[in-house]
Amino acid sequence: MLKMTDVSKIYRTDTVETHALREFSLTVDEGEFVSVTGPSGSGKTTFLNIAGLLEEMTSGTYELDGRDISKLNDRERSRVRNEKIGFIFQSFNLIPELNIFDNVDVPLRYRGLNAAERKRRIEESLDMVGLASRLKHQPAQLSGGQQQRVAIARALAGEPRFLLADEPTGNLDTHMADSVLDLLSEINSNGVTIIMVTHELTLADRAKRNIFVRDGQVTDAAPEFLRAANG
Amino acid sequence: MFRYYLKLGALSIRANPALSALMVAAIAIGIGACMTIFTIQHMMGSNPIPHKSAQLRHVQMDSWSDANPYNDGANPPIQLTYTDARNLLAAEQAVRQIATFKSGRIVEPEDPDELPYTVSGRATSKDFFAMFDVPFKYGSAWDAAADLSEEFVVVISEPLNERMFGGEDSTGRRITMNGDTFRIVGVLDTWSPVVKFYDLNNNPHEPVEDTFFPFSTAMANEYGNEGNTNCWKPPEGGDRAAFLNSECIWIQFWVEIPDQAAETQYMNYLDAYVEQQKELGRFPRPLDNRLPDVEEWMILNEVVDDDVSVLLGLAVLFLIVCLLNTIGLLLAKVMRRTKDISLRRALGASKASLFSQYIIEAGMIGVAGGLLGIGTTWLGLLGIRNLFNRFDFVEKLTHMDWSMTALAIVLAVVSALAAALYPTWRACQVTPASQLRIQ
Ligand SMILES: Nc1ncnc2c1ncn2[C@@H]1O[C@H](COP(=O)(O)OP(=O)(O)O)[C@@H](O)[C@H]1O
Ligand SMILES: [Mg+2]
Repeated sequence: MLKMTDVSKIYRTDTVETHALREFSLTVDEGEFVSVTGPSGSGKTTFLNIAGLLEEMTSGTYELDGRDISKLNDRERSRVRNEKIGFIFQSFNLIPELNIFDNVDVPLRYRGLNAAERKRRIEESLDMVGLASRLKHQPAQLSGGQQQRVAIARALAGEPRFLLADEPTGNLDTHMADSVLDLLSEINSNGVTIIMVTHELTLADRAKRNIFVRDGQVTDAAPEFLRAANG
Repeated sequence: MFRYYLKLGALSIRANPALSALMVAAIAIGIGACMTIFTIQHMMGSNPIPHKSAQLRHVQMDSWSDANPYNDGANPPIQLTYTDARNLLAAEQAVRQIATFKSGRIVEPEDPDELPYTVSGRATSKDFFAMFDVPFKYGSAWDAAADLSEEFVVVISEPLNERMFGGEDSTGRRITMNGDTFRIVGVLDTWSPVVKFYDLNNNPHEPVEDTFFPFSTAMANEYGNEGNTNCWKPPEGGDRAAFLNSECIWIQFWVEIPDQAAETQYMNYLDAYVEQQKELGRFPRPLDNRLPDVEEWMILNEVVDDDVSVLLGLAVLFLIVCLLNTIGLLLAKVMRRTKDISLRRALGASKASLFSQYIIEAGMIGVAGGLLGIGTTWLGLLGIRNLFNRFDFVEKLTHMDWSMTALAIVLAVVSALAAALYPTWRACQVTPASQLRIQ
C-alpha cells in the first residue's frame, strides 16, 4: 500500500520558489492500476518521483508498505527502489553502451543476485515483453516501441510490487502505445500495482482508477480542462 | 560486484578514449618525473653489500680536542690517526681488519714510446678483499707475509687489466708505478658497488680503484694520501715522522664483526685501548667508541645528496600538478555521465555502490598510468644517463630495480585514487531523478 498525506514539494532556486506539490494526499491499494492525469506543470512527475523515492519531499508523510519513508537513509532508500519499485520513463533511459541483456541486468546487479538467477529473470522478463530473441542487440538497433519494452522488462526483472510509469507512451505512436498499455494491463493482472502518469484520456481510461492533479493537488473529478485539452 | 565494476570501468574507458588517454598520460608523466628522481635517490642510498653490511663496521674513536669537540661532540671523528690505525691493525682483535687510504699512482709503461698515465690507487691490507667480498677474475689477494714485509704486490682492476694486458691473465707480470715495480697477484672481476662504502670521504659513487697495494708498503715508501686530512693541533715538527705521530686523522679503519659477542669483545678492546692511550696523555675527550655498520655509516656520511632531495620535492610538486589535471579530467567525465549516474541511482544503486564503481574505474586508470609510468621513468633515467654520461657513476644510479618498479605502480594507483576522491564524491551527489525528467 502507498499512502501520502499532505505531501508538499517546493523547488527553490535563487530567484523563485515553485510549489510543485501542495498538501498532496493519496492512497493507492495493493494491485490497483491508477492513472494520473493533469495539465503540464501540475506536479505529476514530481508526485511520481517522490512516490518512487527518486526525490525527497519538503514536508508531509509518505508510507510505503507500512514503512515511514522519511526515516530511511540512502542505502535503505536505494534498496526500496531496487526491490519494490520498477520505473518506466517517457524517454526509455536505456544505457546506450550496454546491450539489451546487460540493460535489464542493471537493477539485478544492485540486488546482488547470482549469475544464474539473474540470467533466468532477464530471459523471463524479456520473454514477457516479446524480445527474448534480441538479447545481444544494442538499444540503438531497436525501434522506440521495442526500447520501451526493454525498459519495461528491466522494471519487471526485479519483480517489483509497484510499477511507476511517467508518460510511458509519450514518445510512441498510437499503435505502439496500445500494445504497451496491453502489456501494462497484463502485468497488473499478475498483481503488480501500477501508477501511470499520462495526459491522454483514452489511455487513462484503461486504468481501473483515474486521479486528476491540478496545481500540485489531487482534485476530485475529471475537470473540463482535461477534456478540452484533449479535444 | 568487483568484477561488474571492472567491466563498467572498461566500458567507460572505452566510451571516452580521449579523456581516458589524457588521464593515463597525466599520471604516467607525473609518476615518471617522481620515480626518475626517486630511483636515483634510492640507488644512492641503497645498501651496496646487503648480505654482509651489518657485519662490516667502521671504527670511530674520539681522539679529538676537548676544547673544540669534533662535530660539536655529536659524533666522534670519522677517520683514525696513523698511530691508532697501526696499533689496531697490529692488535688483530677482530676476525678481519683493514686500515686504508686512497693514493693515486702514475703507471710507467714498459714501452718507452708510451706516455705515463695516472691510475687511482688504494693502500689497504689483505683482508680488504675477503671482508668486502671482492670478486677476482685471476689470482687472489696477497698474503699476510706480503703485508708484514712491505712487499711490492698489487691487485689491479678489470679495466686496467684490459688496458694494459688486453684482458689476459696478468698475474705474475710486472707493473711500475712511481718508480716502484710491483708484481701483479690478482685481477678483479667486474666490481661496482652502487656506493663505494669503504671510502665515503671522496665521491661515494665513483668507481672502485684501479690498483690495490699493501698499506705497509705504502707507508714504508711514503705514499701520499688523496683523501681528507684533519688535525685539531699541528704536528710537532715539519717532517713526515712528526706528521705520522700527530693527532691528524686521515685513515679509514674497518673491522669484520660476525656477531653480538664479537662486537662486545671488540668494544671492550677499544675501550681498554683508549684508556691506555689516555694514560699516555692522548684522547682528552670522554670515552666514545663506535662501530657503525655500512648502512649507519652511509647515513652518518650523508651519502644521499641534499640536492637530490630538493629535486625529489620538485618532482613531487610536478606529480601534484599532474594529479590536479587528472581531477579536472575526472570531473569532466563525471559531468558527462550524470544521466547514467541518476539512472543507476533510480534503479537501486546506493551512493556507496556508485562510489565503488567510480573508485574502481579510477584504480584502473591508475594501473594503466603506473604501467606507462614505468616506461616514462625508464625514459627519464635513460635521459639522465645520456645527459651525464661523462660521469661513470651515473650509470650505476640510473637502474630501476623491482622495488622501484612496484613502487611506480603503487604510487600511480594511490595517486589516481586520491585524484578520484572529489570527482567521485561529486558523482555521488547526483540525485536519482535530476537527469531523468523531461519538462
Ligand atoms: N528540478 C526542478 N527545479 C525547479 N522547478 C521544478 C523542478 N522540477 C519541476 N519543477 C517545477 O515544478 C512544477 C511541477 O513539475 P512537474 O512535476 O514536472 O509537472 P508535470 O509532470 O505535471 O508536467 C513545474 O512548475 C516545474 O517547472
Ligand atoms: Mg511530467
